[in-house]
Amino acid sequence: MIEIIEIITRIIAMIFAVIGIFFFIVGTVGILRLPDFYCRTHAATKCDTLGACSILLGLAIYEKFSFDALKILVLFALVLITSPTMGHAIARAAFRRGLRPWRKVAPPPLIEETEKEAKAE
Amino acid sequence: MSTFYLYVGIILIANAFLCLYRAFRGPTVPDRILAVNIVGTKTLVILVLIAYIFRQAMYLDVALVYGLLNFIITTAAARYLETGKIRGDWERD
Repeated sequence: MIEIIEIITRIIAMIFAVIGIFFFIVGTVGILRLPDFYCRTHAATKCDTLGACSILLGLAIYEKFSFDALKILVLFALVLITSPTMGHAIARAAFRRGLRPWRKVAPPPLIEETEKEAKAE
Repeated sequence: MSTFYLYVGIILIANAFLCLYRAFRGPTVPDRILAVNIVGTKTLVILVLIAYIFRQAMYLDVALVYGLLNFIITTAAARYLETGKIRGDWERD
């Protein structure tokens, strides 16, 4: 009976770790590929918070009831509170310093339209 | 089980080095601050994984202090970027 509970907690911890790795990879792709600072803040902060929180929660479940699990839950609460606060602080500072948000440039006209304009001229 | 967490740590280190590329060639200053913040969060998780792999509970305290320092550093950098001051009351100026 005790072995079954052990195996179930290990499987739950592994599932949480896999979810965390997925969100960390999504955040890394977002911070490398998105066009603007505000888009990068959006992707990076949200995915980073969720990834770190799920890995820490999985480890706390794996450790069950002990003093180490309490420390990891304190770390969980710390990341959950401070990470969005940091993202908001940086974004507000950048906006007040005058960094303009990215606007999508109007797409170039199609080839057929340019040919029609050339014929009309 | 320990081998699985070893692979998790390796993937996280690779992600942290990919984020350092944005800190190296960010067009603006807030990009660099954000990239360093993300690398700090990943380092916190890696420290907790080290505490699990080597069975040393001391690294959990190191991770706690690292998280608090990461928060203070980023907030101070954002405040300096916004107002140009670190100490003092800047709202009255």
